[in-house]
Amino acid sequence: MTHPLRIGVLAIQGAVSEHERALRAVGADPVRVRDERGLDLLDGLVVPGGETTTLRRVAGDSGLIDALRARRRDGLPILGTCAGMIALADEIADGDTPLIGGLDISVRRNGYGRQVASCEAQIACDGLGTGPVEAVFIRAPVVERVGEGVTIHARYGDTPVAVSDGPLMAVAFHPELTADLRFHQWLADQAREYAARSDVHTKEGLGVGA
Amino acid sequence: MAEQSGANGRTGTSLVKSGLAQMLKGGVIMDVVNADQARIAEEAGACAVMALERIPADIRAHGGVARMSDPDLIMGIKDAVSIPVMAKCRIGHFVEAQILQSLEIDYIDESEVLTPADDAHHVDKHGFTVPFVCGATDLGEALRRINEGAAMIRTKGEAGTGNVVEAVRHMRAIHGGIARLRAARPDELYAAAKDLRAPFELVVAVAESGELPVVNFSAGGIATPADAALMMQLGADGVFVGSGIFKSEAPAARARAIVEAVTHFSDPDVLARVSAGLKDAMPGIEIGSLAEGELLQTRGW
Repeated sequence: MTHPLRIGVLAIQGAVSEHERALRAVGADPVRVRDERGLDLLDGLVVPGGETTTLRRVAGDSGLIDALRARRRDGLPILGTCAGMIALADEIADGDTPLIGGLDISVRRNGYGRQVASCEAQIACDGLGTGPVEAVFIRAPVVERVGEGVTIHARYGDTPVAVSDGPLMAVAFHPELTADLRFHQWLADQAREYAARSDVHTKEGLGVGA
Repeated sequence: MAEQSGANGRTGTSLVKSGLAQMLKGGVIMDVVNADQARIAEEAGACAVMALERIPADIRAHGGVARMSDPDLIMGIKDAVSIPVMAKCRIGHFVEAQILQSLEIDYIDESEVLTPADDAHHVDKHGFTVPFVCGATDLGEALRRINEGAAMIRTKGEAGTGNVVEAVRHMRAIHGGIARLRAARPDELYAAAKDLRAPFELVVAVAESGELPVVNFSAGGIATPADAALMMQLGADGVFVGSGIFKSEAPAARARAIVEAVTHFSDPDVLARVSAGLKDAMPGIEIGSLAEGELLQTRGW
């Protein structure tokens, strides 16, 4: 590993700077991604919380969603929080078409209700970091179905709220609003592996690296 | 009380309240007066809508006392869209705020656009589970609102004018105020707090962090994609567009253009593309032509 990890934060709309802070704290170099050009040379990506309809309108119309789907198929590690979980889901309840997809889960937008139902809770977390995680749910999506290959890391009540499959991780809450770095650390680790095995680091030989 | 715990975790915490504003960043919040407008706003990519009976330009024209909207109207808008719905209460009118919380609105705007109900006190916003956004014209006013529990700030501008000049003045005033605190010696912060008429602890926090402790949007006079991008380049976290969209000739196209302008606010090529062919913006009012009593920004204490 000779170049700093370049991890994109999708910056269409939502909590971008919070993820940038967390990514810097795990030693990565965050870059804001607003169009296809921003996807070049990335080792990993965060899809932040925000409004899915805004993401669908702005990124869908510009072709960015298609480009993101292509990079996801290519194995790019992606962490999605809240709206980012919806973006990574293969199925969205009530007929919305999937966005980036890749995770065999079905989600319902705002499944817990309105903002008055938004809450904080301490929940157990398997296979990532140590101890419980302080989960901040804000108009969070509800995971209604989880496919066979998907690992469940955390549940709130009976509902899965942190799930992963290979290089894709989706979280219904907002680790970027707390000091808990375990999800960003996971992404940095995945990104490091991805950078090592893919040819992205040949960019350094071309003098166009980070 | 605002904070409650139970099977569903702790609701109404300051993290949960200010967190929703953080999720709205980089977005456009649009004033809508009915379900059809709300759908147009959502379809255009608005990150939230503000449900109200009259947009500010019509409140100006109508005159009289402007109050909280009819709950039926607010509920109709809430049922029409999946994005967050905000609604306005009068400054200091905590019963209107209680009603809006009972309607499970996502954010309450304690707004100078409505006629103030109290000429000395704002709502004690700590006592609510629903978060509040409040207007401010400078750093001291912003910190006073945050001290009362506002989880989000918006610069006031001059609503219903289609004239961005006051929005610019207020955003520069807040960022200028922050810069002065950054440059101050620690022993100068006591006097700074007194001058700002703001709590010392918040003044120290801003001096140390160099930013407001909550999200700050721009409001009041944004009428074009270029206006929206101007406010973003001046440091706004996002924008409210009130009269600017539905008082224009082609609201759907303008709404989409302003959403794109806020995402790509620093890319003049995108701004040029989205600014083209939008037909007429709202007519607009020169601020100097308003009598002092007609200014909305001076409401709030």
